[in-house]
Amino acid sequence: MAADADTVFKALAAPARRLLLDRLRTRNGQTLGDLCIGLAISRQAVTKHLKLLEQASLVVPLRRGREKLHYLNPVPIHQIAERWIGKYEQGRLRALGELKHKLEEETHAEL
Amino acid sequence: MPNSEFVYVTYIRTTPEKLWQALTQPEFTRQIWLDTVQESEWKPGAPWRIAKPDGASADSGEVLEIDPPRRLVLCWKNHLFPEMEAEGFSSMSYQLEQQGDMVKLTLTHVMERSESKFIQAVSNGWPIILASVKSLLETGEALAATRRWPEGM
Repeated sequence: MAADADTVFKALAAPARRLLLDRLRTRNGQTLGDLCIGLAISRQAVTKHLKLLEQASLVVPLRRGREKLHYLNPVPIHQIAERWIGKYEQGRLRALGELKHKLEEETHAEL
Repeated sequence: MPNSEFVYVTYIRTTPEKLWQALTQPEFTRQIWLDTVQESEWKPGAPWRIAKPDGASADSGEVLEIDPPRRLVLCWKNHLFPEMEAEGFSSMSYQLEQQGDMVKLTLTHVMERSESKFIQAVSNGWPIILASVKSLLETGEALAATRRWPEGM
């Protein structure tokens, strides 16, 4: 399913789901069991969160032998970046980001 | 030891045949893949390589599985960077599935070692190449960023 922007934003709009994405970013390709370890929410809740992430194409389940592993898919976030942060703005944003760092460093030095 | 893996799923409004061509044929790869061409007889066991505009190999390997226009598996070694070449062969697969008027492309790229430098590099490279494939097939024009080999590489 090709996810529309609403589905992606809705999927991203929950701390638990962002946490799951962070965990896949740290280690890609995890089973449901792996992802449940150390979480304060039930297995059923994790399953539901994963389903929403899958519908948004943010997470892709792939069969590896008998296991179903979950992978982070960079496409939807890449598309958001392409749509709202075009190539040229990216350069400008980086310059602004650097300027901010520099100014903050200078202020820090004066104090 | 956990593997390093990159997975990418995108949906492209095209046919599996056209997408297969775009990923393998020189007239398309030159536009979407930094002016490179892929050389292979495209059958199981055949050597495969990506030739840079100057003819040297950027990457090379072998066709492990091929079922046009549905599935391709290559073993793949990089030659551009010594530290990535030293990691040896990775395994890359394309799976193409028709879904309505779209094709679901699933790409996996795996290196059997943790924290692979090569997988880290392709994780940055694949999104721009595959975004360009999508642009080319849907609009007729590849992204400007993928039409030239980067200078000095």
